[in-house]
Amino acid sequence: MRQIINFLIRYKTFLLYIFFMIISLSFTIQSHSFHQSKFFNSSNWVTGGIFQTSYNITSYFDLKSENQKLVNDNKRLRQILYNSKIKDTVLIDSSNINYTVISGQVIKNNYADQRNYITINKGEKDSIKQDMGVITDKGILGIIENTSNNYASVQSVLNEHSNINAKIKNTDHFGSLIWNTEHYNTVQLIDIPRLVPITIGDTIVTGAMSSIFPENIPIGTIKKFDLDDSKSFYYINVSLFNDMTNIKNVYIINNPNREEILKLEQETISNDQY
Amino acid sequence: MINTNFFINILRFTLLVLVQVLVFNRLHFFGFINPMVYILFLYWYPIKENRAAFIGLSFLLGLCIDFFSDTMAINAAATVTIAYLRPVIMNFVFGVNLEFQSFKLGNTTKVQQITFLALLIVVHHFVFFTLEIFSITNLLLILKKTLAIGLATLILCLLFSTLFSVKKE
Repeated sequence: MRQIINFLIRYKTFLLYIFFMIISLSFTIQSHSFHQSKFFNSSNWVTGGIFQTSYNITSYFDLKSENQKLVNDNKRLRQILYNSKIKDTVLIDSSNINYTVISGQVIKNNYADQRNYITINKGEKDSIKQDMGVITDKGILGIIENTSNNYASVQSVLNEHSNINAKIKNTDHFGSLIWNTEHYNTVQLIDIPRLVPITIGDTIVTGAMSSIFPENIPIGTIKKFDLDDSKSFYYINVSLFNDMTNIKNVYIINNPNREEILKLEQETISNDQY
Repeated sequence: MINTNFFINILRFTLLVLVQVLVFNRLHFFGFINPMVYILFLYWYPIKENRAAFIGLSFLLGLCIDFFSDTMAINAAATVTIAYLRPVIMNFVFGVNLEFQSFKLGNTTKVQQITFLALLIVVHHFVFFTLEIFSITNLLLILKKTLAIGLATLILCLLFSTLFSVKKE
């Protein structure tokens, strides 16, 4: 007994080190395999509050260019509206609405790590939930990962866990959008079969398979493509429309039918097992 | 033991966390270089203090940075490692001088100070990027990032340590 106590006293700093190391490693490895930790994220009120304060000060510096961006976006939307064949009043029937859109601002952005997360200043108060899609005026940005009352963290497309359904515009050939962690302007599209005719410059948009994003949201253009190791699928480098280093205003998309779709899929899978 | 030292450390802790998350985490020099200047806390921390408290404080510091930068607990793991290894590194760098009662960081030579800081940074960054990238096949990437970001951190830390020099004689 005495020897055990002596041992503990002698190696107390080492044991303390091992204790802290195990705590941090367990948190790290746990979130390597699956989602970001519920606990370790920047959407809680302390970190969110500090980022919000800093945003309140710095947001004035690029107000002019942000306004210009919003005007450009309005211009584009008006052009679509005036050139469409329907009358100038659009009927909005609440039973017909598929997607609702919430606006927000980025208060923290990162693109240098392997797993990048963005923090926005909208949270559960504004009815934001996990797994909603986040886009900008130019293209997709990511998926909501964690929420607190006033803030939410977004898993950026520049994240090695990110996996989004995407397709080549005007076709129905779909694949998965991933990131090989190399360059913040380039993501990869995989699982497009070899027989699909593609050329450099083709536009990539979100696919219809996802219950998170609506179909046909722009992502980027094909920069370079190659066959992968199996020689039957393409490995496509896509350059993003979004400048990931400079994002302020974002839109969060809510699909009210998502739960129904997920439930149905779940039931189908569990029925299959009998 | 609650004296000016205690308050200076608390002030340093808060300021370094804020400077790290609000300024240096947004630097993105060349697209990927974000220097980690909060290591200066471990460089400046008094030498003859309770080791257990020091390790605990370092863990807390790393954890604070982790909360802000969404990096799970990687910063905490790396910071605790250098906090534990600090006496070993100091023995290696300063040798016998460490035994003297009047030993102070400000009294050592510039080369010794830089070596001490550089070793802290290399160990920290190596642990950090090993855990972040988490695969042996990318060893080259780990070394590349350790070197490039380590160099940036070293330069900035040296600038800061001369700017806020503790030496008053």
